[in-house]
Amino acid sequence: MSNIPSDLKYAKSHEWVRVSGDTATVGISDHAQAELTDVVFVELPAAGRQVKAGEACAVVESVKTASDIYSPVSGEIVELNPPVADNPSLVNTEPYAGGWFFKIKLSNPAELNALLSPEDYKKQIGG
Amino acid sequence: MLKQTALYSAHQKLGAKLIDFGGWEMPVQYTSITDEHLAVRNAAGIFDISHMGEVTVSGTGAVQFLNSVLTNDIRKLAAGEGQYTLMCNERGGVVDDLYAYRLCDDVYFLIINASRIEPDVAWLQAQAAKFSGELKLTDTSHNYAAIAVQGPRVAEFINTVIPGASVSAMRVNAVIDLKKNQIGGFKYNGHSVLVSRTGYTGEDGFEIVGGDESIQQLWAQFLTVGQPFGLKPAGLGARDTLRTEVCYPLYGHELDEETTPIEAGVGFFVSLDKGEFNGRSVLADQKANGVKKKCVAFKMTDKSAPPRPHYPIWANGAPVGEVVSGTQSPSLNLGIGLGYVPVEFAKAGNVIEIEIRGKRAAAVIVPKPIFKKADK
Repeated sequence: MSNIPSDLKYAKSHEWVRVSGDTATVGISDHAQAELTDVVFVELPAAGRQVKAGEACAVVESVKTASDIYSPVSGEIVELNPPVADNPSLVNTEPYAGGWFFKIKLSNPAELNALLSPEDYKKQIGG
Repeated sequence: MLKQTALYSAHQKLGAKLIDFGGWEMPVQYTSITDEHLAVRNAAGIFDISHMGEVTVSGTGAVQFLNSVLTNDIRKLAAGEGQYTLMCNERGGVVDDLYAYRLCDDVYFLIINASRIEPDVAWLQAQAAKFSGELKLTDTSHNYAAIAVQGPRVAEFINTVIPGASVSAMRVNAVIDLKKNQIGGFKYNGHSVLVSRTGYTGEDGFEIVGGDESIQQLWAQFLTVGQPFGLKPAGLGARDTLRTEVCYPLYGHELDEETTPIEAGVGFFVSLDKGEFNGRSVLADQKANGVKKKCVAFKMTDKSAPPRPHYPIWANGAPVGEVVSGTQSPSLNLGIGLGYVPVEFAKAGNVIEIEIRGKRAAAVIVPKPIFKKADK
């Protein structure tokens, strides 16, 4: 059974968002990491990059394949998580903690309303 | 509509992730590619290979016919022996790579790639139409399911699953007495099955071909009997990482109709001295005068994303070739791959670069196989 923390928002493409003030932390869901299995490489975006909601801005590689990670919201990438690049298995072991990818300064906080609630995300993944 | 093997419901019960492979709905993994890969390297794994094709060739002309369409010398086979071989077109390009077994005097059994069953059978029939000897060629693919049981511990429990002496092909007192590339017919729960000591993983192991019911029973029994030895069901994902580490070619990656066995680095299985066969003149010329491109193995030396098929290969600051197979090696924990480069770059020790999403990462050409047991 997939873990879906109740204090987060989710994108249909399986990223999660944790909002604190005007900044959002982004990672991928427990369901997504279980589907990928064996994450062996994480490519993070450059700090300072401006991204739009839905834009591919990171890559997660499993043994089998490379998967794009899409920013759930628009804004500027203000902080990266270097430990996840050094130890990609954090995506598998701590998808909601040590496995986060980047923090983004929200340029349009209203976009958060378009993301899925934990209940709706649970429905989407058939949980 | 994807085809399903006799083990489809067994895969579903195990919670396998299923993908389309050559028109078949096959398990890519059950738990994790890394775990399944390491189970095969360190203990044992069981694979569904029912999608693969089978062709039976018999008659007094079978030897002569097979030697005219296959690259290896079929006359080397005694009853109960098999060999890796290739089937080439007139240009020396590879129609398929396969295993050919001699079951008894004039009966041969070919195991071919799933994705190549139709082109292979059409090709063999076209060649047979030009052949004057006595020959019977039958596509028996739909009669058979098959499994591969691979890994260093398989020899400890296979006799428990398939007890007793063989009854056809290679005569042995026990399945464990089969030597590499030998094939024996055994009775299993009253059914006939063919067991060969072969595989696609670089480990000791066996491949078993039989009817749907016997393979379903064998699958279940191997899972039970093998479990205390560390046996795990393994999917196509692990099958691909295992074969890439030991540099076994996969049709559609290292091999295709425009690439020769010499370029692919499997010239050892081309017997030029056996007489005329399809593609011989091109292959003889390449063996004597060299090739323009060559399949090389490489390891990433930079920390990078794993190489993947179709990534460009650079040398001396210019793109010179393309990756055909690439993955993260679960045994070595680094990116590895196979690719084609012009022959002047194809030397072990040469530094190359792999272009990954627009950025280049350093790699080094290494001797094949990329992984050997002693490396651990």
